[in-house]
Amino acid sequence: MSVKISVQNLTLMYSDGVESLHDVSIDIIANAVNVLFGPAGGGKSTLLRALNRLNDLADVDTAQGKIVFNEQNILDPATDVIELRRKVGMVFSRPAPLPLSVYENVIYGLRLMGERSKTLLDERVEQSLRQAVLWDEVYDRLNDPGASLSGGQQQRLCIARVLALEPEVIMLDEPTSALDPVSTAKIEGMLAELKERLTIILVPHNVQQAARTADYAGFFLQGRLVEYAPEKGLFLKPREKETQDYVTGRFG
Amino acid sequence: METAKGERWITWIIKISGYSSILFVSLILFFLAREGFPALGEVPLKDLFGARWYPIEGYFGIWPLIFGSVLVTVGALLIGIPFGIGTAVYLSELAPAWIKNILKPIIEILAGLPSVVLGFLGIQLAAPFFRQFLNLPTGLTAFTGAVLLGFIAIPTIVSISEDALNTVPSTYRHGALALGANHWQTIWGVTVPAARSGLLTAVMLGVGRSIGETMAVMMVTGNAPVLPRSLNALFLPARTMTATIASEMGEVATGSMHYHVLFFIGIVLFGISLAVNLTASSLALRSRKRAERLLS
Amino acid sequence: MENSEAARISRRNALLGVNLLRLITLLTALPVIGVIVYIIVRGAPALSWEFISAMPREGMRAGGILPAIMGTFYLTLGTAVFSVPLGVAAGIYIAEYAPDNRATRLVRIAIINLAGIPSVVYGLFGLGLFVLFLKFGTSILAASLTLSIMTLPVIISTTEEALRQVPNAFRVVSTSLGATRWQTIQRITLPQAMPGVITGVILGLERAAGETAPIMFTGAAFFLPLLPQSPLDATMALPYHIFVISTSVPGMPVEIQYGTVLVLLFFVLGMNVIATLIRNRARARRQW
Repeated sequence: MSVKISVQNLTLMYSDGVESLHDVSIDIIANAVNVLFGPAGGGKSTLLRALNRLNDLADVDTAQGKIVFNEQNILDPATDVIELRRKVGMVFSRPAPLPLSVYENVIYGLRLMGERSKTLLDERVEQSLRQAVLWDEVYDRLNDPGASLSGGQQQRLCIARVLALEPEVIMLDEPTSALDPVSTAKIEGMLAELKERLTIILVPHNVQQAARTADYAGFFLQGRLVEYAPEKGLFLKPREKETQDYVTGRFG
Repeated sequence: METAKGERWITWIIKISGYSSILFVSLILFFLAREGFPALGEVPLKDLFGARWYPIEGYFGIWPLIFGSVLVTVGALLIGIPFGIGTAVYLSELAPAWIKNILKPIIEILAGLPSVVLGFLGIQLAAPFFRQFLNLPTGLTAFTGAVLLGFIAIPTIVSISEDALNTVPSTYRHGALALGANHWQTIWGVTVPAARSGLLTAVMLGVGRSIGETMAVMMVTGNAPVLPRSLNALFLPARTMTATIASEMGEVATGSMHYHVLFFIGIVLFGISLAVNLTASSLALRSRKRAERLLS
Repeated sequence: MENSEAARISRRNALLGVNLLRLITLLTALPVIGVIVYIIVRGAPALSWEFISAMPREGMRAGGILPAIMGTFYLTLGTAVFSVPLGVAAGIYIAEYAPDNRATRLVRIAIINLAGIPSVVYGLFGLGLFVLFLKFGTSILAASLTLSIMTLPVIISTTEEALRQVPNAFRVVSTSLGATRWQTIQRITLPQAMPGVITGVILGLERAAGETAPIMFTGAAFFLPLLPQSPLDATMALPYHIFVISTSVPGMPVEIQYGTVLVLLFFVLGMNVIATLIRNRARARRQW
């Protein structure tokens, strides 16, 4: 059980004064499904966006604390954010295919790096689409627009897009909230396989999904990490009252 | 977001281009001032703002020109505002989709007509028509210019008014209708008042357009820079500031007093258009902020 | 019920009002169609292959208007060369790079100003800077530069607007995959905004092609025996030509005047049509 990312006393405030994360410390365990769950506004999305410095796009005013990944504090301004984002990939809650073909969507990140070898690109496309459980459905449609796929397929395309960069960590922010149960099941199944190769951080869109998938789980409420435990500990034997209330559905 | 090494120069080009508009405004101001301010030294101030514009005999009073511009602009607004806002209200609140699809391109065509073409039509059609219809000695009058200008201003007023009316949240309309008002009462009691700062912006931009118009007015208002003696000045020839510059610039010697005064008039025009446009845009900004507050 | 009387009156007023607005709109739209039809009818007789391809004769009263057509073409091209790269780049800056601070507000104010300056003042400016100070003389170069600065605000605004329309989700996704700001613009944002940008460019150039006052003292001439040989030559141009032949040439045949106006109208409205077609086709093919 090794720590892939170590978040230490992270406090984040947006420029309009809203405090989004307060003194959060959590370890992301390698080769496991790390689940961050809790009601809306709890800070989970903000934490994800801090882990690949996507927060730079928004008005983050102050950030205190450290996030240590591969022995470096990625909050340090000298960090190579481009490289970071390749290693720590992100899948968003609404499927967002780029306005390109399926093929181009998958290799977009590789093209950004200047990769030109057709053999490598073709290989990577097939490999990523297989890992994302999508190859069998689109292998004959690689040149169709990404937007022509169904919702569930689009989301798996987005996952394949991230996998093509061979990241070390993949973060999924409510990836199945817009999808039907069949697509949801496919993606949850995929996670179980992927975790052997990489580290997964998942923000589920309900408690049941959290319980189904988690190896480690953290419960977030209003910007704080309330409780954290391995396996089903949080769901079967929560220690904090707030956790118990949320897990049993008393509030949501 | 990061900038890669190789991108530094293109980012630099983009940044410089972004600031270029400031450079150009400054340049325009500078060169206008360079050639225009000498007029203040060459012509005593009270003569510059005197009542006679007769450069050949050394009279450089610009009041008749300012008056000409104002007269024609006011006349243009008398046509442009009712027709412009009326058309905008019809298009945004009443017209069925198929009519909109015909009318909007027509308004766009009107907006695209070069002013020299409109001036030409003014000479060929409007002036003789008004001369006969209104029994005037000549059709080349401030009135003809005002009518033409009104048409030129209409597309500006229509498109901005239409935007303003479309931005009124439909909840306003629904609320009024739910309270028992009919469509017509809703339009004039709720929607139009709600859009009023946008409509005002449209009118101000129409004013800017009218004051700045050169060719059309030059070709049809006759060429008489005079101050009014009576109320029917509207139906006599007049001269705007813009027409004066355009028609006399070709005949002046570079560096002469006349030359400097023409540039001075240019400064006056620049100042007026600056004032009008800044007012219009701050109105637009304020109305957008208010709308955002109301809707949030 | 007392209500019904009041209701009937207000319904009648509403009907009157609506019909009044219909009339107003009709009075606004009909003359536009009317004048275009009229110009076509009166100008068509003058149109011939000779008219658009031959040099003028008899002091412009006969022959063709080729130099004016070529001149307008050169001026439009010259305007495009200067204003398009600069305007699009400036639009990219405002939409994608500019922070939300006072300097950016100043840029916006400057653009609003440039948009509002009367065309004849641009003519004065062009005269002062390009013709006299930089000593380009009355030339295509001076006139094009003048028209370019005048066209800049249109191109900047439409470029900015077109870029803003592109959904932000694309930028976020592109960034999360390791793109720099320029890579996102170059690969996703700008290509998606292209139809809007092109439409704006065409509309801006259409306006420039029809302007008279900015070129009157900076590049346009009336009586030129030859076509321009270099950018430092003066040139004839359709708008200026129309102005002179309709106001200052005695004995000018009316059909030639209408014919020249018709040619300019083709040029200008043709560009309008192309821009509209591009805009409509792009809207249909959008992947968002």
